[in-house]
Amino acid sequence: MDATVSPTVHPEAAVARPNYLNAEYGLKSWLLTRDHKRIAILYLISVTVFFALGALFALLVRLELLTPQGDMVQPDTYNRLFTMHGIIMVFFFLIPAIPAVLGNFLVPIMIGAKDLAFPKINLASWYIYTLGGIFTLWAIVNGGVDTGWTFYTPFSTNYSNTHVVMTAVGVFINGFSSIFTGLNFIVTIHRMRAPGMTWFRLPLFIWSHYATSLVMVLGTPVIAITILLVAAERLLHLGIFDPRLGGDPVLFQHLFWFYSHPAVYIMILPAMGVQSELVAAFARKRIFGYRIVAFASIAIAVLGFLVWGHHMFVTGQSIYAATVFSVLSMLVAIPSAVKVFNLTATLYEGSISWDTPMLYALGFIGLFTIGGLTGTMIATLGIDIHLHDTYFIVAHFHYVMVGGTIMAYLGGLHYWWPKISGRLYPGFLSRLSALLVFVGFNLTFFPQFILGYLGMPRRYWSYPEEFQVFNVLSTAGATVLGVGYILPLCYFTWSMRYGKKSVDNPWGAIGLEWDTPSPPPTENFYTIPVVTRGPYDYSPEEVHARRTEEVRVG
Amino acid sequence: MKQDLPLFPESASNFAPEVDALFWAWTAVSLFFTALIAVLIVYFMVKYRRRAVDEVGQSERAATSLEIAWSVIPLIISLAMFAWGTKVYFDMFRPPSNAVEYYTIGKQWMWKFQHPSGQREINTLHVPVGTPIKLNIQSEDVIHSFYVPAFRVKQDAVPGRQTQIWFEATKPGVYHMFCAEYCGAEHSRMVGSVIAMEPQQYEEWLAGGPAGQSMTASGAQLFQTLACDTCHRPTTGIPARGPALEGVYGKQVRLEGGRTLIADDEYVRESILNPQAKIVAGWAPVMPTFQGQVTEEQLAQLVSYVRSLGGGGSPEAGGTAAPGGSAADSAGGQVDNPAPQTAGPAPQGTNQGPQNRPQDKT
Repeated sequence: MDATVSPTVHPEAAVARPNYLNAEYGLKSWLLTRDHKRIAILYLISVTVFFALGALFALLVRLELLTPQGDMVQPDTYNRLFTMHGIIMVFFFLIPAIPAVLGNFLVPIMIGAKDLAFPKINLASWYIYTLGGIFTLWAIVNGGVDTGWTFYTPFSTNYSNTHVVMTAVGVFINGFSSIFTGLNFIVTIHRMRAPGMTWFRLPLFIWSHYATSLVMVLGTPVIAITILLVAAERLLHLGIFDPRLGGDPVLFQHLFWFYSHPAVYIMILPAMGVQSELVAAFARKRIFGYRIVAFASIAIAVLGFLVWGHHMFVTGQSIYAATVFSVLSMLVAIPSAVKVFNLTATLYEGSISWDTPMLYALGFIGLFTIGGLTGTMIATLGIDIHLHDTYFIVAHFHYVMVGGTIMAYLGGLHYWWPKISGRLYPGFLSRLSALLVFVGFNLTFFPQFILGYLGMPRRYWSYPEEFQVFNVLSTAGATVLGVGYILPLCYFTWSMRYGKKSVDNPWGAIGLEWDTPSPPPTENFYTIPVVTRGPYDYSPEEVHARRTEEVRVG
Repeated sequence: MKQDLPLFPESASNFAPEVDALFWAWTAVSLFFTALIAVLIVYFMVKYRRRAVDEVGQSERAATSLEIAWSVIPLIISLAMFAWGTKVYFDMFRPPSNAVEYYTIGKQWMWKFQHPSGQREINTLHVPVGTPIKLNIQSEDVIHSFYVPAFRVKQDAVPGRQTQIWFEATKPGVYHMFCAEYCGAEHSRMVGSVIAMEPQQYEEWLAGGPAGQSMTASGAQLFQTLACDTCHRPTTGIPARGPALEGVYGKQVRLEGGRTLIADDEYVRESILNPQAKIVAGWAPVMPTFQGQVTEEQLAQLVSYVRSLGGGGSPEAGGTAAPGGSAADSAGGQVDNPAPQTAGPAPQGTNQGPQNRPQDKT
C-alpha cells in the first residue's frame, strides 16, 4: 500500500490465529455478540447504510438546485429531501459514526481493557439505534417529513402534514443509544484502564471520547424531552410552543439548540481525537502540547453548552442575551484554534509519511480551520444578521461536519482498517479517494459561502437566476465528492476478502491497539499490558521492531 | 442588477457599508490564518517527508510561550471582532426616534405591508430613500423571517410576539426580499421586492394608490366594533368596569401586588390576548380574552389606537403614532389611582348585552 512501508506477509499468518472475526461464525454469533469489536462492525454496517441514504438525498437536492426554477421535483418533495438528508446525516450518521464505530472498537483496546464496562448495554445501544432507524425509515417510506431537521415550531406541531411524530419517535429512541454509548465510555475510561495507564498516558483519542461522552450523557436527555413535547403538542394539543395555545415557539429553539449545539461537539470532538492519533502516527512524534490538547477537549465540551443562543440572533431575543451568547461563542473557538495550532506544530521536524490516512488528516486540518474561522465570523452579531439562514451557514457547518468529521472518520478508518480487518487496501486508489474528497468537497461548499454572502436563503427550492453559477459549481463538486466516497466503499469491501493480509502493525505505530495482533483476539490481549510510558514515544529501533515483527502470542 | 458572476451583494442601506467592512475585516483575518496553516502544512509535509522507513520525528518539549501566543492572539482578535460586531448589531436593533413605522405581517406564503398612511401592499414594499424606517413584524401562522440582502437586515416574524427591525435605504432601486426562515411548502416563493424611491417619487406613488385607513383609524373603529369602549371609558356617572385608556400609553402602571411596569406595545398586546396576566391595581379581573377573535393585523391596529390615545412619550424610541382616532376626554395620564371598583361583586360572566361584550379590562 505504500512504497516506504512494505509490509511482509508472514507465513504463519496463513494459519489463522484466533481473533474476534474467526472466533465464532454464523448470524447469531454477530447479532448476540457482546464483543465491543463485533458491535463496532455492526455499527459500521448500519452507519454506512444511513450515510449512503443521506448522500442519495443530498445528491437529489443538489440536482434540483442545478437550475434556478424548481423543475425536477415538487417543492413538497424538495422540502422532504433536505429534511431527511439532515435528519439521517446528523442523527444516524454523524453523531454515531466515530464514537460508535471507531470508539467502540478502540476505546477498550487503547486503554488495555478486555471490553467495555457494560457489554450488554453496548449491544443494546446498537439495537436501540437500529430500532430508531427503523422508525425513521418507516416515516421516509411512508412519505417522509418536511419540517427541516430542526423541527421548528409551530410549523412542526401544527402546520406540517407529514410524519413528524413517527420521525420524532425515531430520533427519540436513537438518543438512548447515544446515552448508552457515552455512559459506557465514561465508566470504562474511569475504571478499566490497564495498570500504569494514568490519565496523562491516555491517547488523545481517549480524552476526546471522554469529553464527547460527557456531552452525550448530559445533552441527549434534553433533545429527548424536547421531542416528546413536540409530539405532545401535535397529538394532544398541549400548549407548549404554539402561541394560540399559550405557548412560545422560541422556547422550542432554546431547548432544541441546548442539545443540538453541543451535538456539534459530539460530532467534532471524536474527530479531533482521531486527528491526534493520525498526526502522531504519521509524523512519528509526540503531539505538541499533549496536556493542552487534552484539556482543550474538556474545555470545548463545557463551553459548548453555553453558546446555544447564537442560533437565535434574529428571533427577537434580548440584545443583551445575544451579546452574551456572542462572546461565549468566541471563547469556545479558542480551544479549537489551540488544537489546530498544536496539530500543525506537531508536523514540525516530524517524519511525515504521505500514506492515505495522513492525507485525510492533513485535509482535515485545512477544512476544519476554514469551518472554525467562518464559525467565529457568524458568531459576530453584526455579520450574523445578514448571513443567518443563508447558504453561508450551510457552507460553514458542512466545513465542520463533512470537512471535519467525515474526513477524520475516513482517515481513521484507513488507519485502523488493517487492525479491524487484518487486511490491506490498494494504496493508489485510496490516495486518489483522499484527493477526490478534498477537491470535491471544496468545490461543493466553497461556492456556498459566496452564495450566502450574496443573500441566497437556505432551504430554497427555486432561487433568483443570478445565483445559478455558484449552484452549478456546487453540484459539480458534489459529484466529484460522491466518487470520492464510493471508492473507499468499494475497496474496503473488496479488501475484506481479497486484500493482502496485513502484518500486525503495518505503520510502525505506537499505542496499545498495536501491541496486539491484527485483527485482535476476542478479549483484545493475550496478557493485559502494563503501561510504563506516554502514548507517543517514538524511536527508530522500536518502529523497526514493531513494523516487522508479529505480536508474540502468549 | 444582474451580473454574470456576482461576488458582492447590492449595498443599499445605511447598514450595508458597516456590515461589509466588518465582514471583509473578518474575511481578511480568516484568509490570513487559513493561508498560514495551509502553507505550514504543505511546507512541513515536503520538508519533513519521511526519507527512511524507520525514521522518526524529533519530539520537542512543548513551548509554553508558543501555547500562550496562539491562545492569546486569537482571543484578542475574536474579542475585538466581537466588540465591533456588537456595536453594529446594537445600531440595527435600536431604531432612531424619528423612524417611520410600517407594519409587516408574514403568513404562509406572503408578506403583507401597511404604510403609515394606510397604503397596503403584498410582497412589494415601497420605501423612500433617506428616511429611517422601522418595521413592526408579526406572523399569522409559523415563523418567517424578513430578509433584504441589499440592506443586510433580517428579522424573524414570530407568531405571538411583535419584533422589529429598522433600516434606511440609501440608493433607489429594486431589491430582493426573501423569507429566510423555512416556513413550509412555498417557502422559496415567499419572496418579493423592496422598491426604494426618491422621497418625491415615493410621495407621488403614495398619492397614486388608494389610501386605506391608517392603522390608528382602523384600530379606533375596531375598538368600537369589539365594544371595548363599553368598559374602557372615563367614569361618567356610572362607574366604568375597566380603566380608561386615555393617556395610559407609555406611563407607569401599578399592578395588583404592587409591581409596576411601563404600558408599552407588548403590555397592551398581552392585555388583549391574556387579560388576566397583569391586572392593574384596583380593578377586577373580569375582562375576557380576545385570543383567536382578533387577527395579528387587528391586534396591531388596536395597539396603534391605544398608543394614539396618548400618555407620556412613547416608551420606545420610535413613537410616531399619528394623533388620530377618536380620543375622548383624557383621564389625565394617571392610572395609578383608578376609579373605585364597582360596588358589589363584579358582574363576571353575566350576560352584559347582545353579544360577547368584553368586560372590564384592568
